[in-house]
Amino acid sequence: MKWARITAIVFLLAVSAACLLANFITPASYAHQFRDEPDAQPSRQHVLGTDDLGRDRFSRVLYGTRVSLLLAPTAALLSSLLAAFVGGIAGFAGGRVERCVMAGTDLFLSLPWLFLLITVRALLPLNVSPIVSVLITFAMLGCLGWAGAARIICADARSLSQSDFILLARASGSSGFRLLWRHLVPNLKPVLYAQFWISVPVFILTEANLGILGLGVAEPMPSWGSLLRELEGFSSISGQVWQLVPLILFILVVSSFHLVLTKEELPV
Amino acid sequence: MKKLLASFVLSMLLAFGSGSLLAQSGGELRFCLRSEPKTLNPLLAADDASETIRYMTGGVLVRVNRLTQDLEPEIATSWKVTNGGKTITFQLRDGVRFSDGTPFSADDVVYTMQQLMDPALHSPTGDAFRSSEGKVETQVLPKNHVRITFPAPIAGLDKLFDQVAIMSAKSPQKEMAVLGPYFVAENKAGAYLLLKRNPNYWEKDPAGRPLPYIESVRLDIQQNRDIEMLRLNRGEIHFINSLDAEYFDKVVAQNPSMAHDAGASLDSEEMWFNQVANSPLPPYKKAWFTSTNFRRAISEAINREDLARIVFRGHARPAVGPVSPANKFWVNAKLQAHPFDQKSALQRLAQDGFHLQDGVLYDHEGHAVEFSIITNAGNKYRERMAAMIQQDLSGIGIKLNVVTLDFPSLIERITRTFDYEACLLGLVNDELDPNAQMTLWLSSADSHQWNPSQKAPATAWEAEIDKLMRAQASTLDPKKRKEDFDKVQEIAWQQEPFIYLVNKNALSAVSPALHNAHPVVLRPQVYWNIDQLSLTNEVAKNR
Repeated sequence: MKWARITAIVFLLAVSAACLLANFITPASYAHQFRDEPDAQPSRQHVLGTDDLGRDRFSRVLYGTRVSLLLAPTAALLSSLLAAFVGGIAGFAGGRVERCVMAGTDLFLSLPWLFLLITVRALLPLNVSPIVSVLITFAMLGCLGWAGAARIICADARSLSQSDFILLARASGSSGFRLLWRHLVPNLKPVLYAQFWISVPVFILTEANLGILGLGVAEPMPSWGSLLRELEGFSSISGQVWQLVPLILFILVVSSFHLVLTKEELPV
Repeated sequence: MKKLLASFVLSMLLAFGSGSLLAQSGGELRFCLRSEPKTLNPLLAADDASETIRYMTGGVLVRVNRLTQDLEPEIATSWKVTNGGKTITFQLRDGVRFSDGTPFSADDVVYTMQQLMDPALHSPTGDAFRSSEGKVETQVLPKNHVRITFPAPIAGLDKLFDQVAIMSAKSPQKEMAVLGPYFVAENKAGAYLLLKRNPNYWEKDPAGRPLPYIESVRLDIQQNRDIEMLRLNRGEIHFINSLDAEYFDKVVAQNPSMAHDAGASLDSEEMWFNQVANSPLPPYKKAWFTSTNFRRAISEAINREDLARIVFRGHARPAVGPVSPANKFWVNAKLQAHPFDQKSALQRLAQDGFHLQDGVLYDHEGHAVEFSIITNAGNKYRERMAAMIQQDLSGIGIKLNVVTLDFPSLIERITRTFDYEACLLGLVNDELDPNAQMTLWLSSADSHQWNPSQKAPATAWEAEIDKLMRAQASTLDPKKRKEDFDKVQEIAWQQEPFIYLVNKNALSAVSPALHNAHPVVLRPQVYWNIDQLSLTNEVAKNR
């Protein structure tokens, strides 16, 4: 499946490049409303037509993809680091510390995510720009999404801390922090990578779910969530296949993130 | 007089003309409810589904004709309001029976009024009659008359009885014994309700045939609008009572003969600024929001025509004020919608010391004008309106941040914490009479959204509105009431505490198999004349 992995990487790079160059490629701002052309069909000026408010759909797809593709990995990095910190310390320390930390993690996992996100979002200040709102949304996702990964990392850290090379390092006089930093963390890298790559599509999907509920990125900034909302109601897309482009792109990107993982990196 | 005669002739033509010639008895009418009715007790109905059941099963003393908006006799053949609006006397129809055969008498009206006004029952319908403390007295008079006396005058008293379904005092079936055209025969929780024709219904058509024509009505509980549309197209249901603009356009595209746009409804979409004195807003923003010039400027900078054309696909009209043009009697026809004029908006702002610099509007203290508008998440029409307002206001240098919140959080902010700057919501209006808007306009009321529960009116114009609303509520003279309420509308138009944006049209879809359906703007739009509806011969025979 090496070819599939390479194809996925090339595809992700191509999409990322297109999104980064959106300012030069797109015919108009994602927010500009061509009020005389709402719901327009694809044309030379608007290759994917316009949305309900007359905004160029191609521009919105590119900018929306940029938002999701840039910020989902950032949120994934944040959650992976939090998971590494919490899970790594719990697994390495073992005993009571591990039990207490994992009990806290279990409690965190049992929280209804979506409602928690909705509640936290409702408490945020109102007067923030769309860019800040999108940053807040993904920061929240990153801060709330570490618990599942922390359990896996904890289990891996526990297993590693009982392995022979750690025993040898202890026997050689390595201190607690040195042991953790020089011997344990490097060996946790594969599982951390895997957790990172798995989290990226999860956060993209979560933002999309929030967007579909109308609680994602604020207007007029597009995101995949707000773009997919256009497809609400299956009868709305009949006869307007170009509206499916965000969905197809979304599926391809999320699938590509999964294909990027090698067999060894996939969680058992 | 001519107008009255014309409306009478029109309603008679629509009700009995072509319909009675085609009317075919029998068959089963089918349509969908969006949720299960919360109660079958007509006095407790508050949700849409319960009100639908009440409308179809409940027999009322008088009924507002949804087409002409006039009050018409039902179980009462005549009525008279006396004693300065405190007393109403009904002459009751003879020989009327409940659906289970129990004879109807004046005692049933007495019983219904006792139930309605019982504080322990908490009847939402009864709230409209509670004008002041004191007991409501109901007296049975000779010759099938009944007199009801309230402790204080109630403006528009007779029309309030449109909502009061008479219950039987003696029937063992209690509230399930009804006087309306149908009775509830089956209630499968979460699935459907089956209504059967009331064999004892009092009304007959001009040819002497008993009404209603249709034998039974099946109401399926269906939340998904796409499935509802599919079922309409397949002929499994006969109408969709209320459609939004997007679905309506789909009906127009697929089957134009089914689509009915009855014109502007009573509902409006509006925005307002937070003017609460002790809100946690900075003083300079409070100064903006309490300035009439600022509110008028915002109003003039919003292109209402575009909102109606783009967001509602042309199925709405720019709103003028608190009363929709659909409310024929009470609307102040002299008022016009504020025109889209950004130059005029900037001139108004300049009067308050605002100035435009490099495309950004600043106030006299140098603060850039930026505020947020909250609306409920999931309502894509409001989200689109907010996005359009955002672009419109950017034309006068104002930065608007759109925030969508889940509904409980939004309500918390606008009613308790007052931690918001502007809000975009809609007003669903079922009542024609201005008294229904009393809680919205009185400065002391909880629903006086821009600045609720004031101990004393914060502004002179709010004091004037209080005075006018109380004056119109305390007189029975329709002309005087109209004059007072016209002035309220003028003040609202000048001061714009609510910036009215659009009045949505009443949209519905009706199968050609259903006869005599003449959708109107008042609820219930399609089946307001349920006893006159009929199905085509084929449908009636097949069912």
